[in-house]
Amino acid sequence: MSNRTLTRMDLSEAVFREVGLSRNESAQLVESILGHMSDALVAGEQVKISSFGTFSVREKTARVGRNPKTGEEVPISPRRVLTFRPSHLMKDRVADGNKR
Amino acid sequence: MIRSELIQKIADENPHLYHRDVERIVNTVFNEVTEAMARGDRVELRGFGAFSVKQRDSRTGRNPRTGESVHVEEKHVPFFKTGKLLRDRLNGQED
Repeated sequence: MSNRTLTRMDLSEAVFREVGLSRNESAQLVESILGHMSDALVAGEQVKISSFGTFSVREKTARVGRNPKTGEEVPISPRRVLTFRPSHLMKDRVADGNKR
Repeated sequence: MIRSELIQKIADENPHLYHRDVERIVNTVFNEVTEAMARGDRVELRGFGAFSVKQRDSRTGRNPRTGESVHVEEKHVPFFKTGKLLRDRLNGQED
């Protein structure tokens, strides 16, 4: 395990290496990919990337929560949350890659 | 939205790129994320979210059909945490 943190920069560097585009354009493309995915999710759509995974939006109902520090009851309003379900391929690659 | 629709959107915005190059670009991005996690790395995409690897300890599981106990090895699983900006946008707070 190398335990590095990759950012947008590493992704655009990979795009830059893969296709003969400028670094600047590669960065913009990475940004548009994330932008389109976000927009679809905000519109309530599911984003399904084969052999990667599925992002879906779930509606959560209102409930009474508790401040764990003070024990005080606080209302939690209904909200939308995003869940990611990795594909089998990703699960296998992550499990195999991190085996010792 | 599926992968091919995402590719189409990017292709429409970039008429100067060959369709097959747009495919390679999109596939590269997703492959890079998967490969990073396979190495045990994190991928942090501010505003969108972060992909990381979580360790699940070994445990004694049970075969739900037979009730027989089985040893389950420790394993690593992919995990995604939504970024603050996207979380806010999902709940109608644009900025």
